[in-house]
Amino acid sequence: MGYPIRTLLMALIIGLPATVYAGSEAVTVENAWARAAIGTSRPGAAYMDISNTGDEAVTLTGIETDIAMMPMIHRSATDAKGVSSMSMAGDIVIAPGETVMLEPGGYHAMLMKLRQPMEEGESFPLILLFSDGGIVVVEVPILGIAARGPEG
Amino acid sequence: MRRRSILRLGAAGLTALGVTLFVGWWQVDGPGAPERPRSALPLPLSEMAFDLTDHEGKPVGPETLIGRPSMVFFGFTYCPDVCPTTLSDISGWLEAMGADAGGLEVVFVTVDPERDTVEAMAEYVGYFHPAIRGWTGPEAQVRQAADGFRATFEKVATEGGGYTMDHTASVFLFDEAGRFVSTIDYHEARETAVPKIRRAIDRKTEATG
Ligand SMILES: [Cu+2]
Repeated sequence: MGYPIRTLLMALIIGLPATVYAGSEAVTVENAWARAAIGTSRPGAAYMDISNTGDEAVTLTGIETDIAMMPMIHRSATDAKGVSSMSMAGDIVIAPGETVMLEPGGYHAMLMKLRQPMEEGESFPLILLFSDGGIVVVEVPILGIAARGPEG
Repeated sequence: MRRRSILRLGAAGLTALGVTLFVGWWQVDGPGAPERPRSALPLPLSEMAFDLTDHEGKPVGPETLIGRPSMVFFGFTYCPDVCPTTLSDISGWLEAMGADAGGLEVVFVTVDPERDTVEAMAEYVGYFHPAIRGWTGPEAQVRQAADGFRATFEKVATEGGGYTMDHTASVFLFDEAGRFVSTIDYHEARETAVPKIRRAIDRKTEATG
């Protein structure tokens, strides 16, 4: 795969490592956390910041995890009348250098039909699937039901 | 000379009237008007009527809240994202206010009474600030309560045969006389939410309006 001279020069100037990752290889994930759920009949939710450090757009197409039979990315939205609703997010394109935040009230990893309870203090692996066939595995710590962010 | 000053006085009076009219327009129809149309504002609690049960099994209704300032919001315990966030935000506001929030009634009304039984509500609210009460009841009574607050909710089917609820996520504030004071939007910052709560607490019965 060829890179434009300008990009290589930029990489030299700002001191990037010689190996330049592209596509889902260039994805990094930070601040992952999930909210504990009561029992297995209520859905769980997980959040994280997904960054594309490469120079090509990447497309997040879905998620997988052993703890839920129906994991998918949802988006919550609140309209002008203050009514909140949730819908499937579809593919999420992350431009080069951009970060997509999964956070309360917006995008979230919706974990439906839990196979096991999500207990505070435990963690589970969540797999992000990308359109180039790449995957990123994220270990997600489970915080309390009343947690507001990755710090609790 | 005298006549002229009368004229001038008249002109000043007219200007004052003009300012009054402008202020009136500004507050009712103009940019100073509340974002929601007037008809969408919650009724005073004294004009609402509904019978629900709190998470300890006690009968409750709008009259339960009159006499103390109150904060009411709608949600459901099978809500993975928006509702726990609202309950956490409210818990944080109450913690920040400490003893100042001591006299406040805080109520979470479920819009999903089919799954949110008294027991389910008791378990759920137990994870949040101890001041938060959970109310449930027959669907028709929940509907009547929501109508009084001008809140809406709707069952929506999800992938895989389940359902979720679309619902008003705002938090409603009332003074101790049961009059509507203001709304806190979903996920509003503590810096603006806490002063709104203080305003509801501070608005005493003798105040007009
Ligand atoms: Cu969801």
